[in-house]
Amino acid sequence: MPPTEGGRLDGPRLDGPVPFRARGFAPRDLPVAGAVTLVGLLVLWQLGAWSGVISTSFISDPVAIGQAIWTLARSGELWANLGASLQRLAIGWVVGTLTGLVFGLAVGLFTLARSPGMAVVAALFPIPKIALVPLFIIWFGIGEGSKVITLATGVFFPMVISTVAGIDAVPRTLIRMGQAFNMPWHAIVRKIILPGALPSILSGFRITTSTAIVLLVAAEMVGAEKGIGAFVLAAGNLYDIDNLLAGIVLLSLIGLAISWVLDRLERVLLAWR
Amino acid sequence: MTVSSVRLTARGICHGFHTLSVLEGVDLDAAPGEVTVLVGPSGCGKSTLLGILGGLLKPDAGEVRMDGSLSPDCLNPITYIFQDASLLPWRSVAGNVSLALEDSRLPRAERAGRIAEVLAQTGLSDFARAWPRQLSGGMRQRVGIARALAVHPGVLLMDEPLSALDAQSRALLLDDFAALIARAGVTCVYVTHNLAEAVLLGHKIVVLSRRPGRVQATLALRRPLVGRHIEDPDLVALQHQLWDLIRDDAARAEREIADAAD
Ligand SMILES: Nc1ncnc2c1ncn2[C@@H]1O[C@H](COP(=O)(O)OP(=O)(O)OP(=O)(O)O)[C@@H](O)[C@H]1O
Ligand SMILES: [Mg+2]
Repeated sequence: MPPTEGGRLDGPRLDGPVPFRARGFAPRDLPVAGAVTLVGLLVLWQLGAWSGVISTSFISDPVAIGQAIWTLARSGELWANLGASLQRLAIGWVVGTLTGLVFGLAVGLFTLARSPGMAVVAALFPIPKIALVPLFIIWFGIGEGSKVITLATGVFFPMVISTVAGIDAVPRTLIRMGQAFNMPWHAIVRKIILPGALPSILSGFRITTSTAIVLLVAAEMVGAEKGIGAFVLAAGNLYDIDNLLAGIVLLSLIGLAISWVLDRLERVLLAWR
Repeated sequence: MTVSSVRLTARGICHGFHTLSVLEGVDLDAAPGEVTVLVGPSGCGKSTLLGILGGLLKPDAGEVRMDGSLSPDCLNPITYIFQDASLLPWRSVAGNVSLALEDSRLPRAERAGRIAEVLAQTGLSDFARAWPRQLSGGMRQRVGIARALAVHPGVLLMDEPLSALDAQSRALLLDDFAALIARAGVTCVYVTHNLAEAVLLGHKIVVLSRRPGRVQATLALRRPLVGRHIEDPDLVALQHQLWDLIRDDAARAEREIADAAD
């Protein structure tokens, strides 16, 4: 029925082009803007310190922190502390990750391991691992052993959880497919289950590396001669804010470097996504 | 090339899930080199039966046997083509085909040769290095077909391999299917909802009743696959005959599904 027939037309009129309505909700990456923001904040901080708005007896300024790092690098103190920390971080993380992977695989694949394993993980995961440092010192001494074990314990539980979650997320149809092609058990695990769980395992790495840095500093503050945690604590005891912040900046840089490596790793290993 | 000649027989298959009885005493005889098509209303147990035929599900009762001889280069006697292709997203097209061959004693050169051969047969040679996510649904299903052909199967089990595709891809792939199946000479069991597919591909069409599934009728179609056309009078008549057999059950199955959803 044409609209003019048998009735008046008194609704709103539509004249003109259809308006575009799908604006927004599509944030893009602007890496330059990120860098500019960081540099801008540093400049503001520096200007604030120079103008006296920010009191340098509470917090130093970027130039002073830079100088402190430079001095530490030249004296060799930086490398000694950094080396000790990175070594603990690497050993603790690798041990925790490997054991977590193996345990997670067992839990993910075998009925016999599943409920017992998950019960243990559920009970122990919520314990803040920092609270275990004194216990580990009693068990393994004040030296490297207790520090590495602290890190490894902190890494182990999230690693188990992401491995199991990854295995559970592998579509059952793909496993059926492998069985339908008579693939042997180990081949199904290696070629279907592990690659399928890899995205979850890699995102687990992000959690475990940051956990590991937290525990590294905590363990080094309890009793270590070398290490960034020990260095920051000592600087604090001396009210040496330049060096204290230099240590904190180093921790931030370690975190950034690890996250960069993980980005690369994901880009290479998950190129298929 | 020596071809396989395998007969797949199922006797008295019964199966249920919990309290739901799905198959009740199904007999099936898939003759060597022929395509047996399974049709039936939604939820009547076609996929379940196919799982049992291929040894992916253990029936509550009954037995499935295979008899005959395999060609010496057969790597997986009973092979599936899945509805969703079931490709590994982290392997390229060639890698997905290779998956089915890697755990055999096939020499490396021969493996590469077989991959190239089946990719050519399915028109995928130019896509050997593409990721599955880069392919259309029809192309992905071709990979699934290539992977199945690569093992030179004795029996090919297909669960609605074309149902996830758009009408055009389906029509194209259906022609290829008929040619590939006729050439490979393997024993096929093909599940479909689509009666046109059934009459184009089937040498024998088994109609299952609605759940619990029993064999309601078996229709034979002694005519080579190649040369069949959907408008051929005998095929049109057969489609009508099939629809008459299925219609009431299909409608009732629909209502059951709707009731269950309430
Ligand atoms: N693993 C399972 N657990 C419980 N019930 C199941 C399971 N698999 C299938 N069923 C049920 O068994 C019945 C038959 O399922 P099946 O998938 O074999 O039917 P179908 O004929 O293939 O259906 P469709 O035409 O929809 O593919 C359905 O009612 C379904 O809900
Ligand atoms: Mg089905």
